Amino acid sequence: MRDELYQQTILEHNRNPRNYRKIEGATHVAEGYNPLCGDHLWVYVKVNASGVIEDAAFEGSGCAISKASASMMTAALKGKSVKDANVLFEEFHRLVKGDLKPDQQANHLDKLTVFSGIWQYPARVKCASLSWHTMHGALEKTKTVSTE
Amino acid sequence: MSTFNVQKLRHEFPNLNITVHGKPLVYLDNAATTLKPRCVVDAINAYYVTGVSNVHRGVHYLSEQATAAFEYSRQVVRQFLHARRVEEIIFTKGATESLNLIANSYGRHFLKKGDEIIISHMEHHSNIVPWQMLCEQTGAVLKVIPINERGEIIFEEYTKLLSEKTKLVSLVWVSNSLGTVNPVKAVIEAAHKQGAVVVIDAAQAVTHTAINVQELDCDFLVFSGHKVFGPTGVGVLYGKEKWLEAMPPYQGGGDMIKSVTFAKTTYNVLPYKFEAGTPPIAEVIGLRSALEFFQNIGWDAMKQYKQELLDYGTKMLLSINGVRVIGTAREKTSIISFVVDGVHPHDLGTLVDQEGVAIRTGHHCTQPVMEFFKIPATARASLAFYNTKEELDILASSIKRAKDIFNA
Repeated sequence: MRDELYQQTILEHNRNPRNYRKIEGATHVAEGYNPLCGDHLWVYVKVNASGVIEDAAFEGSGCAISKASASMMTAALKGKSVKDANVLFEEFHRLVKGDLKPDQQANHLDKLTVFSGIWQYPARVKCASLSWHTMHGALEKTKTVSTE
Repeated sequence: MSTFNVQKLRHEFPNLNITVHGKPLVYLDNAATTLKPRCVVDAINAYYVTGVSNVHRGVHYLSEQATAAFEYSRQVVRQFLHARRVEEIIFTKGATESLNLIANSYGRHFLKKGDEIIISHMEHHSNIVPWQMLCEQTGAVLKVIPINERGEIIFEEYTKLLSEKTKLVSLVWVSNSLGTVNPVKAVIEAAHKQGAVVVIDAAQAVTHTAINVQELDCDFLVFSGHKVFGPTGVGVLYGKEKWLEAMPPYQGGGDMIKSVTFAKTTYNVLPYKFEAGTPPIAEVIGLRSALEFFQNIGWDAMKQYKQELLDYGTKMLLSINGVRVIGTAREKTSIISFVVDGVHPHDLGTLVDQEGVAIRTGHHCTQPVMEFFKIPATARASLAFYNTKEELDILASSIKRAKDIFNA
């Protein structure tokens, strides 16, 4: 039996996504698109002079997994340095592929481990990782990110 | 329900017996691909176990056997489509390749700058992109027949698009995302009055209705074997002999030539001119079994049964709060696209899968259709003759469960 994908945390973030807005004066913006299912979002990040993420937000449409993932990501990024954000990106990437077992390996994922069972749903991994790839693209100054 | 013996037919499909996540499989993704009856698997197996050979080249026993079986399949396809001649049946790897063959061979040979190609707003990407590529190469212009809110082509707009510039019309007979059955006969007649040739994409139509290419008078017609209970990797291009004769080869290679020297190559006769290289032999042989099996069921009872399933499924879905059916054409095949308020199609697809229900979710390779209805995706239940009312009830309860989980 696979782990339940739609846990309460995910359903709750889908219903009430955090930071669902545009950031005027964002320092980094990128558009993410998953052509397979039509998930489409924009990620906004505001980084201050000392390299700390002051604000992170998103807008767009998609399934519950992509929305909850974007919501939880923006919440997790605030207050982190760009360097730490990139570490988190790498860890999340390994988590959704099933390469990082959060109960066995040290990590900084905290609440994001709610996505630890998603590798058992290969068709849905991209839903969870879209916002992260988009955020990463924004920080790397890539304008459009596609999961394909 | 009619007297159609669905249980007896279900026995022929071993794949129906599997369980998914501990639940019996409810397979409602027949527009993507159909399950295979045992006879198709047996035919492919027999070729690979005791009949392996290439075709059209050896003089040995196995080669003659394989060639005879391969060519007999062509006869069966000819009869299935009611084509005039067996030379008009070309084997390809699928409907997509058939369309690309027409665009590349007929299109590049006969179309020029300023000529117009007409398609419809409800085409599958495979009946859009090859024509866009052709337009880029030749300077021809692509025109699109608009659709209405029911998901039907607007025929008057089509006739307005037709002119002496129209050289080719390519239309889907049955829409894979909306289920709409298009008035192909009238479309063909109108196009012919302007001297345009007509391509019919029959990928979904093959399981909906009997096909008679001579009666339709289409110039080309394409379908895929795997959507009519046959193997993947094989498809058919029907073309009127006069066009196929006039067209240059699509690919070069073995089998499509009469003689090769470095100075000059002469091409083989039809249909081999368009069949370069070793064809999908096992798949062609399997397709014959599929078509024979399918035709033996009998159209009348099957059509009636599928109509009952469509009506039952549509009514059942609409009885669920927040469900909207996308594609409400007056003439429809047993394909039901729908959206559920508050549950994204992809989440719905994953949740009903947990109940063993296989539906397709996404844009179904028809992004312009999704754009028209202003939705990113739909869930789609596409029904075959082996589906049952009980299976549709399971779909309904699994949708209700998904709604509960999402509080929708």
